[in-house]
Amino acid sequence: MSNEELKSVLSGFNPGLTFEESGEWLVANVEPGEFLSLAKQIRNNESLSFDYLFCLTCIDWKTHLTMVYHLTSTSFRHHLVIKSKLDSSRPEIETVSNIWKTADFHEREVAELFGVNFLNHPDLRKLILPDEWSGFPLRKNYEDPVNMIKL
Amino acid sequence: MIEELMTTEQGDLVINVGPQHPSTHGVLHLVITLNGETIKKVEPHLGYIHRSIEKMCESLSFRQFIYVTSRMDYLSSHINNHGCALCVEKGLQIEVPPRGQVIRVLMDELTRIASHVLWWGALAMDVGAITPFFYAFREREAINDIMEETCGARLTMNYMVPGGVMFDLHPNFQKKVHEFIQLFKSKVDEYDELLTNNVIFKARTRGIGMLSYEDAISYGCSGPTARASGVHCDIRKLYPYEVYSGLQFEEIIESGCDSYARYVVRMKEMRQSLSIVEQLIDNIPEGDFQAKTKAVLKLPKGEFYSRVETARGEFGVYIVSEGGMTPYRIKFRSPGFSNLSALDHMARGQKIGDLVAIMGSLDLVIPDIDR
Repeated sequence: MSNEELKSVLSGFNPGLTFEESGEWLVANVEPGEFLSLAKQIRNNESLSFDYLFCLTCIDWKTHLTMVYHLTSTSFRHHLVIKSKLDSSRPEIETVSNIWKTADFHEREVAELFGVNFLNHPDLRKLILPDEWSGFPLRKNYEDPVNMIKL
Repeated sequence: MIEELMTTEQGDLVINVGPQHPSTHGVLHLVITLNGETIKKVEPHLGYIHRSIEKMCESLSFRQFIYVTSRMDYLSSHINNHGCALCVEKGLQIEVPPRGQVIRVLMDELTRIASHVLWWGALAMDVGAITPFFYAFREREAINDIMEETCGARLTMNYMVPGGVMFDLHPNFQKKVHEFIQLFKSKVDEYDELLTNNVIFKARTRGIGMLSYEDAISYGCSGPTARASGVHCDIRKLYPYEVYSGLQFEEIIESGCDSYARYVVRMKEMRQSLSIVEQLIDNIPEGDFQAKTKAVLKLPKGEFYSRVETARGEFGVYIVSEGGMTPYRIKFRSPGFSNLSALDHMARGQKIGDLVAIMGSLDLVIPDIDR
């Protein structure tokens, strides 16, 4: 499906979406509260069928955090990037680990490194860092004079 | 194995495998819940070799950060470097000269063979066959020697740079690769004779660690792990980079979904990689091996994503640039991390002894998972 067709289908699901086309793939910006319903629709819609979540990450923009989901469809080979702005002081978004199972580990990683709270995630314990670790290392304001080597 | 035994309320036994355990091939820690000998749950605990490479890269320039990525998937260091170089080239719209492209693909495929050979020996050792391990290292040595002559390193190559490759090929390269092709053709048949049709090996891997087509996609599996479940996912075919679109090779897809199918995919991929090397080795174009680039690279403001096929699967590099000399944020999408997340699903209901066969067939490289 071309970017124009994708845009019209996605706008049908959620008229509030804004799009960016400057990059390689179409980017759709969604409010965190509306993310879960959009995710379900693009996964289950037969003409979209975004079944492969190949990258899930977060970016700290100092004023806010942005969740980035890179999706593709194994049947149609179209791509979509979904972004959602989160509040830095209380970042919260619904989990998609029940839609794409790979999100389970990726969300745990983002949760401990960025401090994003994934609502309804089955198991948000620390995956990479030690259990007693405090602070979120990939945040821009994170300082750790002992463990961090400034290159 | 950590000396800590626990039982759950239902009377199940909880054991720790790793972080120091020969079958995890690195510092992977698994907490396994057992009912008798049957696995009820596998919980991976990561981070024993987490160096926060993504954070480190935020303070390195677009030339420097590539060297750090050799330390992630150390068995595919060329291909990691390649993915990063491609992403920087995408941002700066640098065209790599034909000679550079062919050298890169040659190195990638030799790396893939070396990585698969090591995996073959390690998997065999995991399921109890010792000989293949020594055979595997013998052939891998030949590739390492070829790499050493040209790149100056045997493990962390750091050979690919934005714009091409760092040096030209060593004068002995073509001769040595021809010798290797002749050697490896007979050796790969020997591998098949030793293990592929071995009754005991088949009994250990057939029907073990099933991963369905839908689950492979949902868990984000890629590479041989997903292709053994019938998923068409070879980046070299789907989104060709460098000269892959002009090469004759097959994407190996199996429908067995089990550990044996994953084994077969990698065995056949070795032959395909060898055929790619054969196609290219006498056709290396003359000319520059590196495009002219500025001394200081500055990516324009924006986001760039590149993906390459490593020996383990899809490796993605996501760079967010603010127009400065260093990346604002880098995310490495490592194939091992996603493949590992399917381990729990694959291992449930299997016997504890089969866990090593499942892990071996996933070809885990721990620094690639932890980053």
